[in-house]
Amino acid sequence: MDAIASNAPLVVFIVIGTIAVAASFLVVMMRNPVHSALFLLLTFLCVAVLFVIKAAEFVAAVQVLVYAGGIMVLFLFVVMLINVRHLPDEKMTTSYTLGGIGVGVAIFVLFFAVVRTGAYHDEAPNAAKKLTTVREQVLTQHPTDPNKLVRKWRAKDNRNAEAIGMALYRDYLVPFEVASLFLLVAMIGAIVIGKRELSALEEETAPDYMLERVETEKEVKDLVNAN
Amino acid sequence: MTYSYLPILILLFVAAVLGAVFLSLNWILGRHQRNPSKLSPYESGVPLLDENRKRVNVRFYQIAMLFILFDIEAAFLYPWAVIYRSMISWYLFGEMLLFILLLGVGYVYVWKKRAFDWK
Amino acid sequence: MPFDATDIGLSILKIAIVLFMMLNITPIMVWVERRGSALIQDRPGPNRVGPFGLFQSFADALKFILKEDIVPAGAHKWLYTLAPAVGLFPALTTIAVVPWGRDFRLPEKVWFGHRFFEGRPLFEPVIANVNAGILVVFALASLAVYGIVIAGWSSNNKYSLFGGIRASAQMISYELSLTLAAVSVLLVAGSLRLTDVVWEQTKYFVLFDTIKIPAWNVFSPAMWIAFIVFSVSAFAETNRLPFDFAEAEAELVAGYHTEYSSMKFALFFMAEYMAMGTMSALVVTLFLGGWDIPWYNEPPTWQGFVLSALFFLVKVSVLLFVFVWVRWTIPRLKYDLLMKIGWKVFLPLAILNIVIVAAFIAAGWL
Repeated sequence: MDAIASNAPLVVFIVIGTIAVAASFLVVMMRNPVHSALFLLLTFLCVAVLFVIKAAEFVAAVQVLVYAGGIMVLFLFVVMLINVRHLPDEKMTTSYTLGGIGVGVAIFVLFFAVVRTGAYHDEAPNAAKKLTTVREQVLTQHPTDPNKLVRKWRAKDNRNAEAIGMALYRDYLVPFEVASLFLLVAMIGAIVIGKRELSALEEETAPDYMLERVETEKEVKDLVNAN
Repeated sequence: MTYSYLPILILLFVAAVLGAVFLSLNWILGRHQRNPSKLSPYESGVPLLDENRKRVNVRFYQIAMLFILFDIEAAFLYPWAVIYRSMISWYLFGEMLLFILLLGVGYVYVWKKRAFDWK
Repeated sequence: MPFDATDIGLSILKIAIVLFMMLNITPIMVWVERRGSALIQDRPGPNRVGPFGLFQSFADALKFILKEDIVPAGAHKWLYTLAPAVGLFPALTTIAVVPWGRDFRLPEKVWFGHRFFEGRPLFEPVIANVNAGILVVFALASLAVYGIVIAGWSSNNKYSLFGGIRASAQMISYELSLTLAAVSVLLVAGSLRLTDVVWEQTKYFVLFDTIKIPAWNVFSPAMWIAFIVFSVSAFAETNRLPFDFAEAEAELVAGYHTEYSSMKFALFFMAEYMAMGTMSALVVTLFLGGWDIPWYNEPPTWQGFVLSALFFLVKVSVLLFVFVWVRWTIPRLKYDLLMKIGWKVFLPLAILNIVIVAAFIAAGWL
């Protein structure tokens, strides 16, 4: 049982890693874009499992929640509604394939060189400042009076979400607030995408009350009567 | 501690097996009499009228994008919520209030641009 | 040493119990739905098959298995069959992190000459008490969207496709208010694990130094908004009325499962009822005290466990009946109204509640 327990992470890693790599290959090899999107979904789910193996549970859950549950839904909306039929006469390999493989090999060599020497380990920004452990309050026996209970602070074992919270809201507060600005910009972008560009012909021929976006019947009547 | 996820994996496997069992049971025990009218798509009894797709409202894409953004906000809220009680201070509250207010500005903008209407 | 034979055996037992309960939800709820709706609509309901129509569900299940499995022409071969199974995954696995009873220490027993439960291990009636407890539920529930989207796309029917897309847009909109309403509860509990959430609720609020109210989250005024938002979003997530736009819409026929017949159709319904069960269990755990019996200190023995598990079951059953009750009472909303409410009303309410609860905790009142 011990042998299984200590090797289980490795076995799971090999299996899930293989599935993830194979799925990511299939993403670019499928002709039907919906198939590609679904294989990408599979890749994301496998990556989430790999996160769990490394005890990064919160990151795994957020990966599924945001990536697999949000971004892939957006991709699927786009792909399914645009309805691109697969083109049977599209070639699988083009003249760019060799260059693509070359770039892939170069990046792999780069990653390997960095990971092998362990150079990716960044030291804590301030080595003297360790990650504070999270505390919780518990009711324990009063030291002298057996009938009373007191609340004492006790260290809670650091779990992934708490550790991330500690780092994010103490050491990396400014990047966190800047992230909110990024999200704000993204929201504005999402609105801008929806703006309909009217072609010149439409500008001329559409009646005025159609160009305005109206909310109520009253506004429609006002605009019609104003012309 | 990561081993506590194993039962979830087992449950997933059981769900897959269950689905496969039910479907194959139906395949084995059900009839197989195909005729063209059964196989054609359902259009309230009228044969297939038009093939072209109408233009899709851009609202669906906007909603999906806004969902992603607010989901990321929720993902930031979770670690904050779990350390809040143990590191109680008005600073922590203020940090998150600032974050929510900044995103609230974006939310009000989206509201005013009427992106939440006409779904 | 992370696990040994006892842990595996107990895990399998827990999985078997929970699976048994989840698989029985569908037939029982079908009966409750039909008799309950009949009661509300002042008609008898099924009463031919067995006493009070109790065997109706078995008759339905038999019918589903024996019916012909039609795969429409032009439907995508693999995805059409996979879609109901994809819908089944989140429904069955999200129940894994919900605690359904009080933990207790197993007594040492000697059976057939072997000593069992040496060291009195703790029996936690949760299948997987993981650190990222409630996030696992939300993460897996967000995958439920794919069942609908793939089902709508793979049937070669543009009504199914549009029904599927609109239903998934509705689901992701309400998923936001669901997750944000739960953050308020997490603020009070201080941990993502649902067991910790329930343990927080076993305490008591003391009013005027005499009246002890169980500290269920539904009894604390700061959480009322979150309770309402979470419950309504639970209705929207499981595609139940008044949000069942996906299923019974006049302009899109039967929505995303128009082209499905027999067992695949039944699998969609099983997934829906199981999701209802899980959502009820979540509401009970987050707001109604989980397995806590009010004003009673459950002893840490197997009797306490059984009592608390029964109480949990009673609470979940009441909520499931409320699901049925709401279905036949409140009319369905128009789609754009639905989305408008989801984004304009529930989302700001959920965030407002988070701010309120955080302010209360910082001020020391909670």
